[in-house]
Amino acid sequence: MPLVSTSLRWRDHLGTIGARSGSYRSNYKVIPGLYGVGRPGPESPVLVTANYKLSFDALRRELPGIDAWILVVDTRGINVWCAAGKKSFSTDEVAYQVKSTRLAEIVRHRELILPQLAAVGVAAGRLRKACGFNGTFGPIRAADIPAYLHRDRQADEAMRTVTFRAGERAVLIPVEICLLWKPFLAATVILVLISGIGPEVYSLNAAWTRGIRGITASLLAVLAGAVLTPLLLPWIPGRQFWLKGALVGGLTAMTAMAALLPTTWAANLPATIALVLWIACVASYLAMNYTGSTPYTSLSGVGLEMRRGLAFQLGGTTLALGLWIWSAFA
Amino acid sequence: MKDFRYIDGAAILRLDRETCIGCGNCVTVCPHRIFELQEHKAIIVDPDGCMECGACATNCPVAAIYVNPDDGCGCAALIINRWLSRITGKTVSGCNC
Repeated sequence: MPLVSTSLRWRDHLGTIGARSGSYRSNYKVIPGLYGVGRPGPESPVLVTANYKLSFDALRRELPGIDAWILVVDTRGINVWCAAGKKSFSTDEVAYQVKSTRLAEIVRHRELILPQLAAVGVAAGRLRKACGFNGTFGPIRAADIPAYLHRDRQADEAMRTVTFRAGERAVLIPVEICLLWKPFLAATVILVLISGIGPEVYSLNAAWTRGIRGITASLLAVLAGAVLTPLLLPWIPGRQFWLKGALVGGLTAMTAMAALLPTTWAANLPATIALVLWIACVASYLAMNYTGSTPYTSLSGVGLEMRRGLAFQLGGTTLALGLWIWSAFA
Repeated sequence: MKDFRYIDGAAILRLDRETCIGCGNCVTVCPHRIFELQEHKAIIVDPDGCMECGACATNCPVAAIYVNPDDGCGCAALIINRWLSRITGKTVSGCNC
């Protein structure tokens, strides 16, 4: 049985950075099966987790001084909650790993401690029939497992409640940004191309100078929608994300205008409005997309707000591009 | 979730109290703590706190809970792809989250 360390090495930390930045997030896996931490024996608890390496690392690093088994089920390298949502972290998959690792011959007890968030896909009550083991839902966060084990498998309300603190919101930012490079590149090409349209039919000089402003605006939009909105989430008024993003985008745009173009922003009002609108629309979309990362937005609610959000974003972007071209003639 | 609230009245969640046997599984698994046991039966105390994760329904032994069955995460990109696929008739591959 492979024994694993409860401390992460520099390679693990490097891997975390790679996964968090999106470079190989969808292929960061642990081989499914049974692992041990400490000196596990036949009476040691069995903790079940997903085979996404970030999940596996998050669990094992919380177990110093604890003798336990870790049963890694095959979730195709997806984290516990999302895998349970997609039903790859399922009752059948847990039962399959219990049988294929011959867990019944390794431990004397018949209890599996499952992460609470796996409950979306795992019906604990059906496990006994499927593999002979009883499923118990442990705490949501791996950090609470030592306390949970010491308190004789009692999880309090705090351990059972999902949170979304500043740090938890912040770690999701890099991947949102890194996955943006393709649409960002496409937007840049379009912005530079249309920036050259003007009274002289087409001006490479204008494409360059006005294009730079467009790209700066796009960067500000990413800052507003994918960085500031997640960080400031609880303090931004409103509940719908497209509105929160539009608000933060608009304010960011106007602040930047005042700072970067303090004397000239009023000279060409259509251009200024076009840039502010562009930033607000893109930030609105990025904020709306962040609903996929939050632990409290229902799919029904997201569908509802997207109808309004997309109308605003599509209408606003069209208007912004139109004003941008028109402003070259103004 | 007490410090983060989403759109009221949006989540689709129904509990059939007639069928409920009061096992308390839903109370245990809900990550937003919206269920309570009262008089040996579950009740929904905070319907607007529901995010439709479906853990309660999966773990209800008598199928007394109905949650919006559309699965998947709620990211906008995936939902747009799904709407587009309804028009084009192509199947969508899920996102990687």
